[in-house]
Amino acid sequence: MTTHQAPRTTHRLWLFGDDVNTDDILPGKYAPFMVGQDVFQNYAFAHLRPEFAREYRPGDLIVAGRNLGLGSSREYAPEALKKLGVRAIVARSYARIFYRNLVNLGIVPFISEEVVNEAKDGDEVRYDIRSGALQLRGRSYRLEPPPAFLLAALEEGSVLDYFKKHGDFPGVE
Amino acid sequence: MTLAQAILSRKVGRPVRPGELVVARVDHAMTIDSIVPTVIDRLEELGAAPRYPERVSLVYDHVAPAANVNVAEAQRRGREWARRTGVNFYEVGRGVCHQVLIEEGVARPGALIVGSDSHSTSYGGVGAFGSGMGATDIALAIASGKTWLRVPESVKVTFRGRPRPGVSAKDAALEMVGRLGSGGATYMAVEIHLEDGAEKAFGRSERVTLANLAMEAGAKAGIVAPSGEIRDLYEVPDWLRAGEDAVYARELEIDLSALAPRLAAPFYVDNVHALGDYAGAEVDFVFVGTCTNGRIEDLRAAAEVLRGQKVAPGTRMLVVPASSRVLQQALAEGVLETLIEAGATIGTPGCGPCMGRHMGVAASGERVVSTANRNFRGRMGSPEAEVFLASPRTAALTALLGRIPDEEEVAP
Ligand code: SF4
Repeated sequence: MTTHQAPRTTHRLWLFGDDVNTDDILPGKYAPFMVGQDVFQNYAFAHLRPEFAREYRPGDLIVAGRNLGLGSSREYAPEALKKLGVRAIVARSYARIFYRNLVNLGIVPFISEEVVNEAKDGDEVRYDIRSGALQLRGRSYRLEPPPAFLLAALEEGSVLDYFKKHGDFPGVE
Repeated sequence: MTLAQAILSRKVGRPVRPGELVVARVDHAMTIDSIVPTVIDRLEELGAAPRYPERVSLVYDHVAPAANVNVAEAQRRGREWARRTGVNFYEVGRGVCHQVLIEEGVARPGALIVGSDSHSTSYGGVGAFGSGMGATDIALAIASGKTWLRVPESVKVTFRGRPRPGVSAKDAALEMVGRLGSGGATYMAVEIHLEDGAEKAFGRSERVTLANLAMEAGAKAGIVAPSGEIRDLYEVPDWLRAGEDAVYARELEIDLSALAPRLAAPFYVDNVHALGDYAGAEVDFVFVGTCTNGRIEDLRAAAEVLRGQKVAPGTRMLVVPASSRVLQQALAEGVLETLIEAGATIGTPGCGPCMGRHMGVAASGERVVSTANRNFRGRMGSPEAEVFLASPRTAALTALLGRIPDEEEVAP
């Protein structure tokens, strides 16, 4: 299938609340070893937002409240998001192991109270991962850009991909 | 610098600041029976072998002995991997991973240890920076001898004075988690200072209990500033201390001499109460063990309560020593005999039913008093079982009485 659309510069914003746990992000019964390695991403947010996996377009931005990704350390929850095309998230805060899993997989975990306060579900949003520039509802925000370590990893895809290629972590001689 | 900064600065090779992402040299990487298959998958994906096999440990504790064929097959794969790669391997029955690494001397003041188990904060009891991570992180640490970290801010918790008789480090730890809250130290290092007698009252075992429970406030590491027994047992490097200039995100003081026995009620570890709030509630099952409270000191405390007495009819009691060495010592001291004579049963050293997979899970409607560190819904079996967390002394008294004791009975 060919598409003649120019790459989109604006994306849809998907708003989530506080304390969204990894069971919400990918329910255990849809784990890759239960439904298959190729399709498990189609069950992302299956209970919380059943339309998400169908309607999400690569680049759309997930914005969430505090303590995103608490609970089970299951790495396949952020892996499902990555397979759908999630490259960045903005949240008030993240649970610790979820944050690590995002970085290892190459999804940038931005933190911003302001953006979360302003965001409405379905908003149009523009953002640039490298600079951290974000435009929402006629206002511009400057998110703290990803640290050099993460930017270097993102060149290759993720920390895991970087390690696969270079046999080491970014920023190490 | 804080203790966390002091340790991470050594491992990075330059002074580090909270908030920075750094790559640090890891002294030891630990994994367990239930996670090792994924770790092996990731290493195969990377095409990597352990960089320093002598700095890697695999411990069989979570579902050990194997409870079914799937677990047995997974354990066989891990054993073969350990044999092939030459990493340190601890068989079924050697004990809970954290206790084993402490007994083997792997955990020592100033070390950086990462483990594929959240309670890797336990190593902070001896002054190490221990942190729990996912399977990919551990695979990367095994492949490279390094890990990436965000240098944490620190919360300072100071315990002052000596606890009253009957009040233990577990009570102190529960009080700490209750005061901090379950997310109160997310991303942060909890740095624990013992002063005005507390440094003598709490030896290594008690310090491990404190560092272990720090995890339940969301901590990335829980580090007890080395003093007292730690200085007798280990060489503590000069650089391992909190500087005058250390900056803390929050400070908390707990007066041990005024502390009463505590209880964490279902279904949250920070749901901390006085015993009086639940005294008299009948209890079906008492479990003494785990990385939190399965050491010889804990078994002694339980035996002291039960000496010459019997577990109440209608209540069952399981004791799981945290390691084979604890088991041997309990045998040599007559602690085991006391417990068995009282009617308790003894399980294979390891995690036991702590995470509800085997060896005595709880049924619906049952009430459990456990010395472990988590009481989430369904943690120990049925989601309709209630788990209360308490000290070994409170747990043993519960077994004796068949009900939750009141404060007077635990700390007269
Ligand atoms: S004893 Fe319990 S808390 Fe400790 S490592 Fe085992 S399962 Fe985890």
